[in-house]
Amino acid sequence: MSFLARHRIVLPVVSLAVLLALTFWMQPRAMSYFGLNLLFNLAVPIALATIAQMMIIMVNDIDLSVGAFVSLVACVTATFLNDAPLLGLLILAALILSYAAMGAVIHALALPAIVVTLGMSFVWGGLALFILPTPGGAAPGWLRTLMTVKPPVMPMAVVAAILIAAVTHLLVIRSGIGTVLRGVGGNSRSVARAGWNVTALKALAYGLAGLFGVLAGMALVGLTTSADANIALRYTLLSIAGVILGGGEFTGGKVSPTGAVIGALTLTLAASFLSFMRLSPDWQIGAQGAILILVLTARLVFARRGGAA
Amino acid sequence: MTLLQRLSRPWIWAWLAAALAFAATLGLTSGRGAGELAYAALSFGAFAAIVGMGQMLVITLGPGNVDLSIPATMTLAATLALKVMSTDPGTALLGLGVALAVGLGTGLANFALIFLLRLPPIIATLAASLIYQSLAIWSNRGLRIKPPPGLADFATGRFLGLPNVAWVGLALALIVWVVLERSVWGRWLLAAGQNLRAARLAGMPVEAVRAAAYVTVAVFAALAGYLLASFSGGAALNMGQEYLLMSIAVVVIGGTSIAGGNSNVPGVWGAALFMFLVVSMLNSYGAGAGVRNVLTGTIIIAIVIAASTRRPGA
Repeated sequence: MSFLARHRIVLPVVSLAVLLALTFWMQPRAMSYFGLNLLFNLAVPIALATIAQMMIIMVNDIDLSVGAFVSLVACVTATFLNDAPLLGLLILAALILSYAAMGAVIHALALPAIVVTLGMSFVWGGLALFILPTPGGAAPGWLRTLMTVKPPVMPMAVVAAILIAAVTHLLVIRSGIGTVLRGVGGNSRSVARAGWNVTALKALAYGLAGLFGVLAGMALVGLTTSADANIALRYTLLSIAGVILGGGEFTGGKVSPTGAVIGALTLTLAASFLSFMRLSPDWQIGAQGAILILVLTARLVFARRGGAA
Repeated sequence: MTLLQRLSRPWIWAWLAAALAFAATLGLTSGRGAGELAYAALSFGAFAAIVGMGQMLVITLGPGNVDLSIPATMTLAATLALKVMSTDPGTALLGLGVALAVGLGTGLANFALIFLLRLPPIIATLAASLIYQSLAIWSNRGLRIKPPPGLADFATGRFLGLPNVAWVGLALALIVWVVLERSVWGRWLLAAGQNLRAARLAGMPVEAVRAAAYVTVAVFAALAGYLLASFSGGAALNMGQEYLLMSIAVVVIGGTSIAGGNSNVPGVWGAALFMFLVVSMLNSYGAGAGVRNVLTGTIIIAIVIAASTRRPGA
């Protein structure tokens, strides 16, 4: 096995470092506390949504409803959580539970996750429209404070990214239950033979996805201060891209939480990179696509070289 | 027994659901407006059916195969076609050519990423779609160019009582059905979807089959984009947006197996009509956009559950 195949985290780290170096080279002023915060601010909710998606991909499913779900959470946060905190918390808890229930149903009835989550994306989107038919609402004060806090040495966005990566790494890679969950993606039948209830495990994985989806929506509102029903729809595709960019694979429970966070940062940086190059903003979305293709090509080249050696 | 066998045909469910939604809508008006409703369903359903049939071919290839670039291809094809035509009369065929060329190009690009770079199709089409989207934004620049009058008349017109766009959709459905059921290529596609390795070992040109499926879905999407822009009086950057989920939904509701190796052309049309009819049913009952979406999603899931439990062993 090659070095890169064993350490699948290397390539995401290198990609982010190269992109960051290029950005600093273009715009040296970005190399500051304020500059970094500006670059990575919006990456926090994307990183959380990417972790949510990773929990689903970990058990060999795919979630097409992340974007709609995060939008719904944002709407709940900007309305209920702000006006009636207790009711708001109850709603958010119910949303996490319904995510867990969705996982259990998908496994128990052997339904294709891609379709069920597709259907759920309509449901989440509808509920969001129901709560906030027009853009509006307000972020709770404490959330706003939390998202704009200025810690010493490193900007909030960087601290948050490190924190998210560390917590999810402990949860998914280091802990016992995390290993079993990855086992569900690797070989669910042998996990079942070992005496685990796979339906409960899938519910747990989906519930964790729901939890991180809720955190993503709250973080987003803390940054934007208001919400609308379509605020995070693009997160669905971004989160899938982030997981894969971070060295994850669609099957086999092969995921990397640290990689997923780095993947989300890379995608966010890719969008701002071109504005530093003074290229037209038309190409911002395209840059994300191009960088995604470039990094995955690099992965292929190294994997082939490793295979030949 | 025959009735049971008929009921177990997966496409029946989509048509039954469409008929129910149709009847429920008319129940409110006690039968008035049936013709208009059917006409509207055929018009709008045609776009969903065209992209759905393309998506169906790709999904038939087996797990992991799906084209997420349909909306971007639709928008790019429509934008470039309208730009070339620039509302001049007599340029409809030129525009069609441009749209189909865009479809061919994006399809080949998608497959090149999948085949040469070994990317999972979901990621390849997703990454490529971001680039197509940027191309469309760049070439559009916020302009809203009207389609040439003759083309707009065609797209909104009717022939023998049916909308022209529905004729296009029905003709494509017939072609896809014949190709799937009667041609070697169709057999290869189904075989590749059932077991790629076995199909390859049996000497089938599986990569060519996969390439053809990915090019076809892009060309269908491009055609749908061209027709939709002509139908609605211009291209918009978000015109394809709803067709990403729509294309997957109509395939699955139509009874095509998400596990691959099993296509269902009539089901796609039934599901396309259903998706329009359920929205108009909820509209006529006065449901707001929120309630409408929640119910649409619930119905999609209910149909998937019903279809999966009705087919033991299939």
